[in-house]
Amino acid sequence: MTARIGVVTFPGSLDDRDTQRAIRVAGAEPVALWHKDKDLKQVDAVVLCGGFSYGDYLRAGAIARFSPVMEPLLEQAKAGLPVLGICNGFQILTEAHLLPGTMLRNDHLHFICRDQKLRVENAETSWTTDYSAGQEIHIPLKNNDGQYVADAYTLDKLEAEGRVAFRYLDFNPNGSQRDIAGVSNEAGNVVGLMPHPEHAVEPLIGTGRTDGLPFFTSILKKLVNV
Amino acid sequence: MARVVVDVMLKPEILDPQGQAVQRALPRLGFDGISDVRQGKRFELEVDGPVDEAALARIHDLAESFLANTVIEDFTIRVEEVAEAVK
Repeated sequence: MTARIGVVTFPGSLDDRDTQRAIRVAGAEPVALWHKDKDLKQVDAVVLCGGFSYGDYLRAGAIARFSPVMEPLLEQAKAGLPVLGICNGFQILTEAHLLPGTMLRNDHLHFICRDQKLRVENAETSWTTDYSAGQEIHIPLKNNDGQYVADAYTLDKLEAEGRVAFRYLDFNPNGSQRDIAGVSNEAGNVVGLMPHPEHAVEPLIGTGRTDGLPFFTSILKKLVNV
Repeated sequence: MARVVVDVMLKPEILDPQGQAVQRALPRLGFDGISDVRQGKRFELEVDGPVDEAALARIHDLAESFLANTVIEDFTIRVEEVAEAVK
């Protein structure tokens, strides 16, 4: 049986269809979840996709964090359900305290959209096993509130525990502390990052490379092997 | 009915790029002598019924869990007298 991966659509989500497509390209079955759903339809993993949930009023991701769908998601993520948060999804995961730190407005105050070089720092999370540690990849980045911040104690802890999953290379696009582009939780099942792997799974679109595809094949392999 | 005001400000140690952008614009507008600007948010909550200790405790929870992100922001709560229908 093929793995079923849920993609949550909040009002204001933009990348739900691209994310569903990436999941399909990787060989899994995308399952559309709605922000008002009170259960997760027995999916094997969930992706919180990019966009501007609830208009990002208040703070990016702050209102989405209290959606009905987040209740079962929080509970099951803590019990080991793999969850990937991309961009706005990452912001939602920090607001929900599933991931540490938070996101501020980009230090230069501009929306930014570019092909971004990253280094994969941790290839052992549920979403990164098809990469190798130290691998350099290019995937698109587009955000307004992408400046990752946390206190020094949290940052040191993340570094010591190998939970800085991705780092910006060559150019820090938003002033993120220690060039952090993505982090994972302690167990490695919850991962968040600002750049968009779902936009780089087919050579015809995005960067022209398919450097984002291993996110979705990693989770597929993990779920099939479980 | 009473009004409770929740002010949310970035913690002092957190860089405030919006405030800095405002501050940088001041000399251009002819305002000199302002060395720092920090931008915050003000929420005005119209509360039905009395603003007693229990109500304030609930608003404290609301501010802590939702209105402010305590990773980066501090908040203060105060009760404001609402003037009766001034026209």
